[in-house]
Amino acid sequence: MPIISVRDLVVEYEGRRILNKLNLDIEAGETMVLLGGSGSGKSTLLRQIIGLERPRSGSVIVKGVDITNCSSSELKRIRHSIGVAFQSAALFNSLSVEENVALPLREHTALAPSIIDLMVWMKLAVVGLADFGKLYPQALSGGMKKRGAVARALALDPEILVLDEPSAGLDPIVAAGLDELILLLKRTFQMTVIVVTHEMASAFHIADRVAMLYQGSFSSVGTKEEIKASQNPRVRQFLDRVPEDMARASAVSAYFEKYLKRNGAFQ
Amino acid sequence: MATVFEDVGKRAIEHLDYVGSLNIQLWSTLRAMKTALPLVGNRYRWQATVRQMLQIGYDALPMVSLMAACSGFILAMQGASELRRFGALSYVVDLVAVGFTRELGPLLTAIAVSGRSGSAFAAEIGTMKVTEELDSLRVLALEPIEFVLAPKYLAALICIPCLSIISNSFGIIAGGMFMFFSTRLAPLLYLRYVMESIALRDVITGLIKSLAFATIIAHVGSLEGFRVRGGPDSVGRSTTSAVVKSTFLVIVADAIFTTIFYFTGAR
Repeated sequence: MPIISVRDLVVEYEGRRILNKLNLDIEAGETMVLLGGSGSGKSTLLRQIIGLERPRSGSVIVKGVDITNCSSSELKRIRHSIGVAFQSAALFNSLSVEENVALPLREHTALAPSIIDLMVWMKLAVVGLADFGKLYPQALSGGMKKRGAVARALALDPEILVLDEPSAGLDPIVAAGLDELILLLKRTFQMTVIVVTHEMASAFHIADRVAMLYQGSFSSVGTKEEIKASQNPRVRQFLDRVPEDMARASAVSAYFEKYLKRNGAFQ
Repeated sequence: MATVFEDVGKRAIEHLDYVGSLNIQLWSTLRAMKTALPLVGNRYRWQATVRQMLQIGYDALPMVSLMAACSGFILAMQGASELRRFGALSYVVDLVAVGFTRELGPLLTAIAVSGRSGSAFAAEIGTMKVTEELDSLRVLALEPIEFVLAPKYLAALICIPCLSIISNSFGIIAGGMFMFFSTRLAPLLYLRYVMESIALRDVITGLIKSLAFATIIAHVGSLEGFRVRGGPDSVGRSTTSAVVKSTFLVIVADAIFTTIFYFTGAR
């Protein structure tokens, strides 16, 4: 039985359809990468999976509970088993890094402060921030913030780890470091990992399966080998980095050429 | 013509939506308030409440005191210039003492706190929304109303009445200084006249108003923050809107309370 099951999911904003009858199963222990261009609906799907928004129709079943139609207490219980690191890291600026990581432990467990301190140190050590716990988020680099967000997501030892664009805006070395961290977490804690990205190298490095989104629908779902070999035109366009509309691009350049000639720029 | 009706209808719906949101937020906060209380509540929420009390109360003390002193001095001077013509200079004491206790003390305090803290609430919560910190709280199974708003509201409920009493004191002292310098009225005699002119009900009605103003300032400021959409520019707009709306609503509420107290004999 899949740990997450998305069924006929439809999401609309102000009458505009963002996700169109999506179906997806994610098995326990696998790393699923949601790949797609900007505006394809990846982050929207992710927000549905973590229960931050309600769909127009359809369901998202996490560990057997339909989170689109459950009580707030049940949703809270499910959220204890999901760790999320947002694209912007979203660490609380008024708290130090170690306070950020300690927050879910203080709020949801009855552990003694000394045990919480130890657990926080362990989580920070896993992501390589053990020496930076006292710093506030403003004092961290982009990569460190993202690792801090991963440490906070790991605080309650979740079964599912959700990462929204973990390598966006980072240099290739830091991004590669984050990829290795994801692989390490999966190997060590046997977690189900869902990663949203549009970085193909990263996606194919960490994924067990890849789901490719295009304009609110899956154009292809399969193992990374299947995706690489896919002949689906949308998948090929993405993998071969073909611009969206070559015809429109040439029309625009022709228009500018005509405009400049008319205004005597070529004289 | 239809456009005018549509416009009026749309604005009416927007205002109703705003009032409805304020009500829902108020009741949700009242339900969550017990977590912010000392001893029976969550230790970390009470710590947050104390931090908020320092920001709303202690930091505002110089500003509120100076505003009250200036207003007390002005009120005594203006009152004296008119009452002297009728040989009723002694009524300046009543004017300042009753005017401040019932009206000016709570109102000036509310306007000062609305400018300082109402805008700060909107900016803080709005920034948390833009940087996905509120979403982070939700995925950590923490309610933003309980975590962010309850400590602010409790702190406002404690601090604003205290500031009002301090404001009353400074206003009355400034009035006494004017009376001393202009008529050589002895400070102790002035104090005796003050005690004779104000009744306990004047203090209580002033405090009731302060509690209502605290509710308006905390909830309007916070709602403006929660309603931020988009980027940092909308945070700026929300802070302006928080000050304008809360000041307006404080004055409207003051008029309503004064009318009720006037007709029920409590004045």
